Amino acid sequence: MQKSKKKLKTGADALLECIHKHGVKYIFGHPGGAAIPIFDALVGSPLKFILTRHEQGATHMADGVARATGRAGVVLVTSGPGATNTITGLITSQMDSTPMVVITGQTITPMLGLDAFQEADVSGISYPVVKHSYLVKNVHDIPRIVKEAFYLAESGRPGPVLIDIPKDIASTLFEPNYDVAMDLPGYHVPSHGDPVAISQAADYLNKARKPLLLIGHGTVIANAGPAVRYLAETMQIPVTNTLLGKGGFPETHALSLGMLGMHGTAYANKAVVGCDLIMSIGSRWDDRIVGRLKDFCPDAIKIHVDIDPAEMGKMVVPHCSIVGDARLVIEELNTQLKKGDTTDWIKQINRWKKQFPLSYKKHGGLKMQYILDELYQMTKGKAVITADVGQHQMWAAQFCKVDHRFHWITTGGAGTMGFGMPAAIGAQMARPDALVVAVVGDGGFQMTLSELATAAVNKVPIKVLIMNNRYLGMVRQWQNLFYDDRLSGVDLEGNPDFVKLAESYGIKGFRIKRNAEVHKVLAAALAYREGPCVIEAVVEKEDNVYPMIPAGAAISEMVLGPPKKKMAKPVGST
Amino acid sequence: MEKMEKNESHAISLLVSNKPGVLIRVALVFGRRGYNIDSLVVSPTHDPRFSRMTIVASGDLPTLWQIIKQLNKLVDVIHAHDHTGEIVVERELALIKVKCPADQRTEILQITEHFKGDTVDLTEDTIMIQVTGSSEMLDSMMVMLEKFSIIETVRSGKLIMARGHEST
Repeated sequence: MQKSKKKLKTGADALLECIHKHGVKYIFGHPGGAAIPIFDALVGSPLKFILTRHEQGATHMADGVARATGRAGVVLVTSGPGATNTITGLITSQMDSTPMVVITGQTITPMLGLDAFQEADVSGISYPVVKHSYLVKNVHDIPRIVKEAFYLAESGRPGPVLIDIPKDIASTLFEPNYDVAMDLPGYHVPSHGDPVAISQAADYLNKARKPLLLIGHGTVIANAGPAVRYLAETMQIPVTNTLLGKGGFPETHALSLGMLGMHGTAYANKAVVGCDLIMSIGSRWDDRIVGRLKDFCPDAIKIHVDIDPAEMGKMVVPHCSIVGDARLVIEELNTQLKKGDTTDWIKQINRWKKQFPLSYKKHGGLKMQYILDELYQMTKGKAVITADVGQHQMWAAQFCKVDHRFHWITTGGAGTMGFGMPAAIGAQMARPDALVVAVVGDGGFQMTLSELATAAVNKVPIKVLIMNNRYLGMVRQWQNLFYDDRLSGVDLEGNPDFVKLAESYGIKGFRIKRNAEVHKVLAAALAYREGPCVIEAVVEKEDNVYPMIPAGAAISEMVLGPPKKKMAKPVGST
Repeated sequence: MEKMEKNESHAISLLVSNKPGVLIRVALVFGRRGYNIDSLVVSPTHDPRFSRMTIVASGDLPTLWQIIKQLNKLVDVIHAHDHTGEIVVERELALIKVKCPADQRTEILQITEHFKGDTVDLTEDTIMIQVTGSSEMLDSMMVMLEKFSIIETVRSGKLIMARGHEST
């Protein structure tokens, strides 16, 4: 009997091999002492490591990969501050249910808990911001843990998973068994919904005269778009989407109302107030869209489809709840439809669309709305647009319509400044043929601007459109509307010359100062494919996003333009 | 709606993976929502892969429902179940140390006997009583003993088990 000669490997080798076996191409991150064995294993590995300038940037890049492909993005950082710098990226991913695997180096096991250099209780810190986390104590667990981590990150309601690996474990030699089973007795992924609940939903839908579909990120994640479209078209039901639901149903479709909520379209919000049935497919009735809860569609039948049972009744208490995969549930529902008559309802909605369109002044100062509208007209929805958080994000959501999944990437639940540009880098690397435009504000951009170096070094041809109004515009808007225009902490004096800044990284810079330049400069920037470019748009300093529903107010309290009288301070969160 | 706001005591039983950190994950679900844990018992089960947790917490019902769902979402939680209102076997053990001069010994022993308690330690002027029963019964006994000045008490926290073939 000849003994099989298996080669001994280090924990780090096995880790990277497992990640590669999963189909991962890029790892984003930053090295440090405790992670050196893993970085050593990267030498000669088919995995391509992308060195970022800050760990937060790495997490948003991985998130960009996740949101552009539906597969987990991977981050590798060191212990202590390297690991704590990923927390913002983890909560961003957790709040928006995106798959991500973050690997953190850790001090050697005998030093755990002894305040070693660059030691932090990273798994402990991570608990509230991850779907799950691991501290590896035995090298033989590595293949199972990596397998579980990707499965947890990508299945069910996706989310980030953290693996903390002590340096000695990463260096230990062992004979890995890659063909290992997962051990997750407490984890169940709902798939088909309860048939009784689905029949009940069909019954409600067949009887409704003024129904409305509300689609969220879950529709995009589950690829339920085609099923939702069949449902909407067959039953002639108008569709509105959340910020993250963009791409779940074509926003150019005649039945689409675009985004609803705090800065959603007036007609979407009017439809929410006027409907007799609202069916959420993969949205969590976020406070940005329901406003004052007790006044949210008080007379409408509410149906909730979600893969996460904990979302049922968390905000809105539905008449009918279906726990399951959005695509499977809607496909089953589609077999039970009887064509209803929604003609009057559609007519009403079309009147609202005519009466309250999204609009802005096309002359006078340079407006973000105009630039975004122009960007949309020029890219015709073909571009992958990433947005940061703030005014530019809301206008981008209003004016850049999205027809296909994975074409809209932004930070929703967490509202993380600094997300947009690194996310664009990740999205572009995952989809090299796509036209990727990062729309960012001058505030958020400066939180992660060091990643321009990452874009430059790797020649990632993203377009970074910086809306420079020298203000933290959304906070200024709130202070202007609700706090007597007492501006506090919002003036971004000291902004750099963004074109020169780009050039100092070896990146092409463009600038837009006047309306007349918008088309020409955007055309030049969109055509530029030699590497990344930055377009600085020097926009009007003071402009507010409308429509607006003040936080915590009823949707019917929406204002369409600058209010004539002073508005009460919002009672809602932010 | 008013009824929903009322604070009630709930006994939640969890079967969890026997791993480090699980207790923190569970505690965070309560803490994040401002929910106080009244008692918590963690113990091994007959299967070394799993541990049992029995948690008593009080607060408003909608939050509690949310907590149970969030507990079930934890990867390390096999299941979490609120047994309030169900017919279950419920036990708690208490050790109570009471100041007990010789002239009061008889009365204290009578109370102990009434609650089917045992004397587990006796000195010149103290007595330690061990008593087992429902949490409410232990509460009643404590009330009876109060006038003798209780020195310290240690309670095990509530344990529950579902009857028959029902799983806890």
